[in-house]
Amino acid sequence: MTEAPTAALGAAPGPLRQRQPHPDAQAPLAFGAHAREALANANLQRALHHVKEGFQDKRLAAMDRLPEFDALRDAARDIKDHVLAHLDIYLERFATAVEARGGHVHWARDAAEARAMVLDICRRENARTVTKGKSMVAEEIGLNPFLEENGIEPVETDLGEYIVQLRGETPSHIIAPAIHVVKEEIADAFRREHEGLAPERDLTDRRALLDEARVVLRRRYFQADVGITGANFLVAETGSGVIVTNEGNGDMTRTLPRVHVALATIEKIVPTLDDLAVLLRVLARSATGQDFSTYTTVYTGARRPDDPDGPEAFHVVLLDNGRSALLGGELREVLRCIRCGACMNHCPVYQRVGGHAYGWVYPGPIGAIMTPALTAIATSHPLPNASTLCGRCEEVCPVRIPLPKLLRYWRTEAAAAGLPPLAERLGLTLWAWLARRPALYRLAVRQIARRLKARAGDRGALRRLPLMGGWAGHWLQGRDLPAPQGRSFMDQWRAQKKGTRL
Amino acid sequence: MTAQSMGQSPPTPDRSERARQATHVALAVTCLVDLFRPRVGFAAVTLLEAAGCAVSVPDGQTCCGQPAQNAGRAADAADLARRAMALYGGFDAVVVPSGSCAGTMRRHYAGFFPAGSEERAAAQDLARRTYELSEFLALRGAAVRARFDGRVTLHDSCSCRRDMGLHGEPRQMLAGVAGLELCEIADGEECCGFGGTFAVKNPDVSLNMAGSKLDAAEATQAGAVVAADLGCLLHLAGAARRQGRPLRFFHIAEVLAGQTCDAGTGIGEDGGDD
Ligand code: SF4
Repeated sequence: MTEAPTAALGAAPGPLRQRQPHPDAQAPLAFGAHAREALANANLQRALHHVKEGFQDKRLAAMDRLPEFDALRDAARDIKDHVLAHLDIYLERFATAVEARGGHVHWARDAAEARAMVLDICRRENARTVTKGKSMVAEEIGLNPFLEENGIEPVETDLGEYIVQLRGETPSHIIAPAIHVVKEEIADAFRREHEGLAPERDLTDRRALLDEARVVLRRRYFQADVGITGANFLVAETGSGVIVTNEGNGDMTRTLPRVHVALATIEKIVPTLDDLAVLLRVLARSATGQDFSTYTTVYTGARRPDDPDGPEAFHVVLLDNGRSALLGGELREVLRCIRCGACMNHCPVYQRVGGHAYGWVYPGPIGAIMTPALTAIATSHPLPNASTLCGRCEEVCPVRIPLPKLLRYWRTEAAAAGLPPLAERLGLTLWAWLARRPALYRLAVRQIARRLKARAGDRGALRRLPLMGGWAGHWLQGRDLPAPQGRSFMDQWRAQKKGTRL
Repeated sequence: MTAQSMGQSPPTPDRSERARQATHVALAVTCLVDLFRPRVGFAAVTLLEAAGCAVSVPDGQTCCGQPAQNAGRAADAADLARRAMALYGGFDAVVVPSGSCAGTMRRHYAGFFPAGSEERAAAQDLARRTYELSEFLALRGAAVRARFDGRVTLHDSCSCRRDMGLHGEPRQMLAGVAGLELCEIADGEECCGFGGTFAVKNPDVSLNMAGSKLDAAEATQAGAVVAADLGCLLHLAGAARRQGRPLRFFHIAEVLAGQTCDAGTGIGEDGGDD
């Protein structure tokens, strides 16, 4: 699903470097450092301001127009739960339906297999250029760099994706890939990359930028030998794929080249077109606050003899890449995700640091759960901690994924694997030991209260402590610590009770 | 936004009925109030007694275990939950001057134990009897006999708002305070950035969020920020102090008990009572 291009066009210029390593990279994700940089980047901050009006307010207005929205969310959740409980059956049904219409189904266990399958299809077609509709799964498997290494040029056709591609970046949002870019940066990218663009051409407003992108992309659509799209849904009963966009680029990518490849993960299956209708009703409203996106395309198979257009061949690459392993486990509920982006749009952390700070393909709350699941908790444990567990993501998720619970799940896995820093582990072990021993606990509290109060004197708050390392230092870096009032409540209460008893 | 879409369920008749009929009430004072602001604990006792309850403060209490839960230390969290379940077993109601600790006890304890186990049942029983302070007082229809002259804004902690589903209850109680004018803060559903250990694990983002919350609080022209969670208050008061903002901070129990007038000092303002 793509956001209206206006979301990417606004505010002032400024650079933001690519943050995202190749999906197979195993370097630890330094969320804290990335977040600090992001907060200091004035242009990124201005770009991210669009999140509130662009997404939150519009979603709220869309919900207000549809009183049964909450009932639809329950229905959407139930449909996804049902599919996931019978995924094998629905996948087979989908594959049978695709093949019955002359399509080809390719089962990919992991990213490497999926990349190889796509490359193989392209090679058989002698493809030099492929156009791509927006696909987060293609990002997940690192398809673009792989195709380039193999002499095939991938051209992104979603405006936001196209912009990040020109800038050598990756998407910073799952439905608005260039949400972090301001319009002057887009003009810069076009001037740098578009051959024959007259220097005097005015690119200051959104319309001019759109027109420029359109002219270039039109040409590319007709040059492409293969079109690769994602799929928002796959319908088992008909063998159809569904693309939801606001630009129509997905349709051009699918219909103009000789061959269409749909790249999708296995949990995108829905049983019937009726089920699809329910999910579509919550998707656009949750994503962009639209009642329906501008283009919603249900495509079924290759071109038939009397069709006016369409590809000559149709392939589906069905990717597992770790999903089936989640089915029976505690993270099962993440597979309900329909990639609407609402959880990141409403996440106070995402809103401040943007998507690249998360360091992998999927950002925001859902990304903080998917990344450890699809890579490794050993390298990604800062992500489940990059949340206050405020619960707003769960509140807005159209399929009611309990995101805070799943973030806690990863924190538990990280703690069990001994991943948090040693000082934190020791500190919490000591604290938990004391908390089980009330008499000792009270002694400790008494000492802490006395010392902190003495240090604060009449100020009532502490600005510095003798030990400024670790948590104390982090608290005090930009906050005072209000001082304890004096003796602890439990001490005073016990003293009072003794007094009354005497 | 409907109550349902906010993940809330309306109070069952059973809950308010139980609050009205409770006579013997336990106060779970919370680890933060115990250490930082005992005055909040005494205010809670005063309010509960004025509402006709016999108040006990079970002696063995330390912490509800939420820090352990959020740090992924499941065994520690379950152990502390077991202690709380034993400690508060015999009371008609357990009242907590914190949405966050009450939320842990009410919404999370049961999940620490296997379905069908006795401990799960005990946790569910405790959940039914657990209340946040302003919620308990509102459900009980407690009268307010306090005064606060000036404009105040209420910060809903995420745990009050989303874990506990509270919104009207603290407002209903504050409406009874003479002289108090309540102003709603913009984007009130947004987190203040405390988040327990989040405040120290991601200090930059945490402080940035505090900044937005404090800007919004100042925009209401209120002189004071009131909340039902001391964690948020320590974080916000600490940030406001460092930034030289003139806002004052009080726990809702202090305001409802009338402790803010006269010599009452706000959080982070002075060395306290003794
Ligand atoms: S987790 Fe929920 S809110 Fe987030 S992208 Fe997925 S469906 Fe949307």
